[in-house]
Amino acid sequence: MTGAPDPAITPRTLAPRARKGRRIRLPGALVHVVVILFIVGWFVPILALFVSSIRTQADTASSGWWMALVRPDLSLQNYALAFDQMNIAGSLGTSLAIAIPTTVLTVLLSVIGAYALVRMQFAGRTALSLLLVALLVTPPQITLVPLLRLYNQVGLSGSIPGIWLYQVGFTLPFGVFLLRGFIASIPKDLYESANLDGASELRTFWSIVLPLSRPIMASLGIMAFLWSWNDLLIPLLFLGGSGVSPPITVNLAGLVAQTTQGQGPLMAATFLSVIVPLVLIVSLQRYFVRGILGGAVKG
Amino acid sequence: MTDTLTFVPLMIVLGAIGLPAAVFAALGAGERALSLFPGGAGRRARPWVWLFLPLILVILILIYPVIVTIFTSFQDARAETWVGGQNYTWAFSGQMLDIVGNNLLWLVAFPLITLVLALASATLFDKVRYEPLAMTIVILPTAISFTAGSVIWTQMYSFQPSGSPQIGTLNAIRALFGADPLPWLIQPVVNNFALIFVAVWLQLGIATLILSSAIKNVGSEMLEAARLDGAGEWRIFRSMILPNILPSVLVVLTTMIIAALKVFDIVYVMTNGNFGTDVIANRLYYELFAVNNLGHASAIAVILLFTALPVALINIFQFRSEARS
Repeated sequence: MTGAPDPAITPRTLAPRARKGRRIRLPGALVHVVVILFIVGWFVPILALFVSSIRTQADTASSGWWMALVRPDLSLQNYALAFDQMNIAGSLGTSLAIAIPTTVLTVLLSVIGAYALVRMQFAGRTALSLLLVALLVTPPQITLVPLLRLYNQVGLSGSIPGIWLYQVGFTLPFGVFLLRGFIASIPKDLYESANLDGASELRTFWSIVLPLSRPIMASLGIMAFLWSWNDLLIPLLFLGGSGVSPPITVNLAGLVAQTTQGQGPLMAATFLSVIVPLVLIVSLQRYFVRGILGGAVKG
Repeated sequence: MTDTLTFVPLMIVLGAIGLPAAVFAALGAGERALSLFPGGAGRRARPWVWLFLPLILVILILIYPVIVTIFTSFQDARAETWVGGQNYTWAFSGQMLDIVGNNLLWLVAFPLITLVLALASATLFDKVRYEPLAMTIVILPTAISFTAGSVIWTQMYSFQPSGSPQIGTLNAIRALFGADPLPWLIQPVVNNFALIFVAVWLQLGIATLILSSAIKNVGSEMLEAARLDGAGEWRIFRSMILPNILPSVLVVLTTMIIAALKVFDIVYVMTNGNFGTDVIANRLYYELFAVNNLGHASAIAVILLFTALPVALINIFQFRSEARS
């Protein structure tokens, strides 16, 4: 519907509709109540986390977070403790050192793979596409036993590049799957005119495919970053026992087990770990939505 | 501890600039090599030059380990001698039965609860003007790690004995209505659902997005006409919206089944499998690190893989019919 007034609609034709509208108004109010309760309920855990992170240790131990809304007594002491005693800065650093390269490499290799799969003719192309779809649902657990041994043999365990390698390889099937539809929709004329100009395959890729695929690359990028940043299992297994600070997820999981520092600093550390992905998903929501919808195998 | 301030930027420059440059250099070298073979041979080899790096990575990280794990699952704890199906008999007997049972609960309850809530939220959000805000809030937890989600909900579920002030949000709400506090994470059966709900909170946004986009694709003229004919909202949902979004419902279910299968972080962080909440992915971690039994760990992994297989086949089937149409 547009905002422009329709000359055919006169008060007379409007009247019966208005009456119909009134009849469904009561359930309409109910819809608002349910929706508002729902979104409040869904947001409360995040609010609770944030509020708990800025309360004093004594308050957190004796009363619920909501009391801070009644009797605010706020402090940043938890954050100071988290940085001082929990090595949170080092952990956030390691998480960035894992997630940023993983994201860039996943996106790059996925575009390359999707481009070859969509644009080039070769025997086994269909079989390769089907294999890719099958690999989409492979549980990561199936890879652990052989890869732990392999990583130990070649000296990759305990190193950050080892984590890049794993996360990029694991996310590639999804990345290629997400990108192939988009790359297939690039008009053939563009490739042909590039060919006529004598552009090499690499040149075509660089100056046509990469710039045109930017939106879908952003979608893949945000998802790859979130997965990498939020991953616990792989760094827990492959990064243990090295001099590198544990990434934030591994650090948090360890902190939950020991209660010596109290709840407050743990809440501060947790809030610091979620603020990066939360800001990303809110500011790039459009791309995230496209990634989710494009990545689902649709019937 | 390595110095974060120099180490982190170094790693980022190496991985996010150096390696991509190396990838381009490799492609360039490959193309140069192809130009030495003019005509057919070069053209036939080109796809493999481009696919080389992605394919090697997928083979190394996914295909090779799958094959080796299947073999190891028929071997002993140190993966040295063959033991036949022993690891599988172990995986379906004794204490493992409870663990497999918990996984079955996850496999049924998690997708169903998520689906019902997602259908409700997608349908109801569609009716309000502030839908974008509601959608953003439901999406927020999908950005949060399962680890952080577990920390958040450990606090939400926090339990104090009856009589003392409740710090956990849920028990405080119960106290408000005069009910006794519930040890959410300790009481059997309740604790499994408490853990499952954490996963629902974290993943609902994905399901809601998929269903919401499907619901918006149902022709609004058709719905409007049905409303003018006096059809009730429930009737419209059941006989017009639901049939049209069935493919997306299937997508949601398969996505959530896979997520339920892999669940590890929540159980590991919140209960570490205690109080009858263990699941096989957490048990696999235990077998791998505490017991160091590679045979058991591999058998568990293969069971996970084979449970995921029907979903893979559904995906392949849909993918083929989509490609054909």
